[in-house]
Amino acid sequence: MVDDTDITLSDETPSFFAPRRKQFLLGRRAVVASVVSTTLIIGGLVAAFYLAPGGAIVRHDFFNPHDMWESLVGNRHKSLNSVGLGLLINIRVFLIAEVFILTFGLTLAWTRMTKSPVLMPFRILAVIYSDIFRGIPVLLVFLLIGYGVPGLQLGFISNQSPEVYSCVALILTYSAYVAEVFRAGIFSVPHGQILAARSLGLTNATTMRRVILPQAVRTVVPPLLNDFISLQKDTALLSVLGVIEAVQAGTIFQDAKFNSSGLVVASILFLVMTIPLTRVTDGLIARDRNRRLASS
Amino acid sequence: MSEVILEIDAVVKRFGDNEVLRGISLNLHRHEVVCLIGASGSGKSTLLRCVNLLETIDGGTITLFGQSLTDVRIDPDKVRRHTGMVFQSFNLFPHLSVLENVLVGPVRALKRKRSDVIDEALQLLERIGLRNRADEYPDRLSGGQQQRVAIVRSLAMRPALLLLDEVTSALDPSLVGEVLDLLRDLAHTGTTMLIATHEMNFARDVAQKVAYLDGGILVEQGTPEEIFSNPQHESTRLFLERVR
Repeated sequence: MVDDTDITLSDETPSFFAPRRKQFLLGRRAVVASVVSTTLIIGGLVAAFYLAPGGAIVRHDFFNPHDMWESLVGNRHKSLNSVGLGLLINIRVFLIAEVFILTFGLTLAWTRMTKSPVLMPFRILAVIYSDIFRGIPVLLVFLLIGYGVPGLQLGFISNQSPEVYSCVALILTYSAYVAEVFRAGIFSVPHGQILAARSLGLTNATTMRRVILPQAVRTVVPPLLNDFISLQKDTALLSVLGVIEAVQAGTIFQDAKFNSSGLVVASILFLVMTIPLTRVTDGLIARDRNRRLASS
Repeated sequence: MSEVILEIDAVVKRFGDNEVLRGISLNLHRHEVVCLIGASGSGKSTLLRCVNLLETIDGGTITLFGQSLTDVRIDPDKVRRHTGMVFQSFNLFPHLSVLENVLVGPVRALKRKRSDVIDEALQLLERIGLRNRADEYPDRLSGGQQQRVAIVRSLAMRPALLLLDEVTSALDPSLVGEVLDLLRDLAHTGTTMLIATHEMNFARDVAQKVAYLDGGILVEQGTPEEIFSNPQHESTRLFLERVR
């Protein structure tokens, strides 16, 4: 249909060159610009650290090589705990908690999603659970479990070590998060997949196991690893229940020698522990993104 | 004519206030091919889903092999094992190879032994000329190939009837033919099929009965000759003119 509006296509010849100010940062100048800006920013940060009025004191208190080494290996004669050995406790708690979190998290996710009428009360409980444990700060969960459960005087349950209570606190908190990650992953599988599986006569459970979960895993892994990085760091909270793990060992060193190098050592050790996982996670995310770009 | 295996009687389906099926009645005999035609949103897909119990109906009855599907004692999984369904968007399982896609129904739903089914599965793939692609993943196949695998995946269950939901609508025009050829082939070998389709020539060729749906109402049904050459209703006539 043709009408008499004045809107027609342009007859002008357009120009595609960027304006002057944008042209400035092209070609070799771009390289120079990035080098200059990097040097300025990094150099500025280093200079601030060195030239700050208290710089010398902080360097002595936090980055003293002798104290860093002593805190890392510990010193039995001065009853200084080794930050390095402390970290082994962090790692142990992390590894144990991780297994329970995965199992419990998946159970929670599954419970929230089943339709069985018998499981109705559990469904409600699962919802309340995830609200509670995503809402209370981890630190408080540690304190409530660590001081509360022994107070109950429930025999075996109330006679566990602080390390066990810490583990429980981490499992309770992180399972709530991990359950949500699983749920999101399950929801990310296209509905047509469920229709196709059910129309073949696969039961609800078989559909979940053979069709949905295998596909959900791929989307779930990166956010799951993110939660685990966070879990690795939160093992530092064991210190509030008096477990002598890396951070607590650093604090003991600090109290004894009025020197915080142990805390820096603990930080470095945590970095050594988390960075590989961080890199793997980012790598997986990038790979997933590339695959999606390639297929669309 | 052979026995009636599917009786759809005054079926009503609502999504909220929206009445998608308004009292549809239709019968399907063994070895019969019935095509459902009509504009998008006329209720063809919903009707197929109701037969497969992917949707529950709000009124009327659907009787399959003499058993009312609205009976609470009916196990939907058992119904679905005997009524194959093929979708517009193929819905092959991307994490399984072509062969595994075909095997998953018989092995996981019918609990048949893998070694017993594998030959059948390969034969089915042979039939669609994709036996040499058995170990590849669905994303390596063209749309037409994927859809043919999806059809064969349903056939591997040896269903009593096949429900096909606009199975060529998502395909490149150049790939439609190979899928329709397979369906013709199935029709000639006596497969009972209820087919929702926009392919009028195909419907005219293979169907014993064509039913025209409009706004959730089955306006008229009859032989392809009756519907395509001598439609009784104004809306059928208009629809056929538009798609021609």
